Amino acid sequence: MQLLLFNAFNGLIQGVFYALMALGLALILSLNSVINMAHGGFLVIGAYLAYTLAPYLGFWGALVAGPLGAAVIGLVVERFLVRPLYKRPDPLYTLLLTFGLALIIEDLTRTIWGAQGLPFQIPDILNSSVSSVLFFITGYRVLVVGITLLVVLGLWAMLRYTRLGIRIRAGTLDLETVSSLGVNIYLLRALNFALGCLLAGLAGVLAAGILGLTPPMGSSLIMPSFVAIIVGGVGSLVGAVLGGLIIGVAAGITTTYYPAASDAVIYLIMLVVLVLRPRGLLGQEGLFE
Amino acid sequence: MSAARRSLRVAGSAVFWLALLTLPLWLTHVGGYTALGTKILVYGIAALALNLLLGFTGGLSFGHAAWFGLGAYGAGMTLKYLAPSTPLAILVGTVVGGVAATLLGPLVMRRRGIYFAMITIAIGQLFYFIAVRWNNVTGGEDGLAGFERAPLHIGPWVYDIHHDAKYYYVVLACFAVAVVIMKLLLASPLGHTWVAIRENRRRLQFLGVRIDLYIWAAFAISGTLTALAGTLNALLFNFTSPQDLHWILSGNFVIMIVLGGMRKFWGPLIGVAIFVVAQDYLSSVTDNWMTAIGLLFVLIVLLFPKGLLGMLGRRGKEAA
Repeated sequence: MQLLLFNAFNGLIQGVFYALMALGLALILSLNSVINMAHGGFLVIGAYLAYTLAPYLGFWGALVAGPLGAAVIGLVVERFLVRPLYKRPDPLYTLLLTFGLALIIEDLTRTIWGAQGLPFQIPDILNSSVSSVLFFITGYRVLVVGITLLVVLGLWAMLRYTRLGIRIRAGTLDLETVSSLGVNIYLLRALNFALGCLLAGLAGVLAAGILGLTPPMGSSLIMPSFVAIIVGGVGSLVGAVLGGLIIGVAAGITTTYYPAASDAVIYLIMLVVLVLRPRGLLGQEGLFE
Repeated sequence: MSAARRSLRVAGSAVFWLALLTLPLWLTHVGGYTALGTKILVYGIAALALNLLLGFTGGLSFGHAAWFGLGAYGAGMTLKYLAPSTPLAILVGTVVGGVAATLLGPLVMRRRGIYFAMITIAIGQLFYFIAVRWNNVTGGEDGLAGFERAPLHIGPWVYDIHHDAKYYYVVLACFAVAVVIMKLLLASPLGHTWVAIRENRRRLQFLGVRIDLYIWAAFAISGTLTALAGTLNALLFNFTSPQDLHWILSGNFVIMIVLGGMRKFWGPLIGVAIFVVAQDYLSSVTDNWMTAIGLLFVLIVLLFPKGLLGMLGRRGKEAA
């Protein structure tokens, strides 16, 4: 029983990372109409920036600086590489562009920081267990879940109540009308892209504290995030979070009984969902097609 | 088409096939090696097949490595566990990949654009993880080795394809068969319907055409031919690994097609030739060849979205 709880909780932590990634991917997908294959790259950038800056800024400073760095690089990428492609409606081109970026980022990370894994130091106080029975619930893991909860709630409030959030939501429904109402949609899309990269960077820093840093960490986290979006339903941000948590926990539980299938089970869930509910759990009719 | 253009076209294709027939004789003199030529043909089959779906039907599949890899594993495992027969290996691999594509096709056939791409990416990864994790059968991360292409027995003759140049002709024969199949399909009503789906899906729907079934057909046929390429690839290297199923390979197929020109039948083959040679060369001169390939992606997308043949074709049309 304890083993099951242990694995389920591990899965939940994984699911949190998937959810953060999927949330950023879904934002970029819905407003920028870009399947951001480089999303794992922004995760890696966030993580390695935090690792490099931690000696100067401390853990908490790095936790903020890493994601911000990823967002700034995201802004630059959006402005100079993605923006020229908005006028081509076929998603093929942005898909290939970000695919190339993913290769470049992973390769340069390997050149700059080395191919072997690096440890990310977290404060000792966070390493201790919260409870002696449930030894696997360390302070850091609670922190990961807590930060994610705060970020998701904050994002929800932002999209619900602020002017920027309302414009982003309106833009996903009908960008042309939003534009004709006098909103600068280029700026809107740029900010949205950066926001997505910020979430990826945050996922990277948080994941680094548990999994350590390796150059391919981004490409191993991005595929489950795609699945999270498909399971949750393309076009639904709540769905992206829900999908991430579901597949994370499912993979964790599978580890208890049949470890070899823990990766494949994610994709099996996707197939089952696609057969039963072709648009995903919370997907909307007709969006993105 | 005027008589002059027609004879020019016939002459062009005669030169093309003659060059392919004599390739083992001249490729080494221009700095290549025969296995490189074989690889171009193998990837050429896959890229031309994927282009049936991508360029002609308008379905953005980003998971075609799944069918390629299934073909490769099917062929490798047939040789290793079942029987040392090359034709059987090719047949089993092609059928395995083709059946998988046919069964999974209904999941994507009603999807469009971004959704189509994302689901095909994810389906591709399913098979990748099965290959990695089921290691006592597939060899896991290290790949499947320990099999070798067997000599062909044609009646009383034995054709030993161990040598690279001899195996090249087996691949060339398969390439020719695949090309003929694809040309016939594209000239048939089925092929015309594919192009019509790409050009105006809604209009076809109003005409009462079951477009989902046509897309399914494109998906299944394209997947089957890609699996054929996969079997030939496994036999070429006497090895296959999960990399043959990975989404990076799927992406490479797509960029090869875009590089050559996805609106032309032969475009993908040109893209394959450039890409495979560039990859071969870059990986021998720099450790950062992944960055170089990535830059190639970015440059192609930003500067040559219509591909090389697409650019030539546009100029030709203006002249005519």
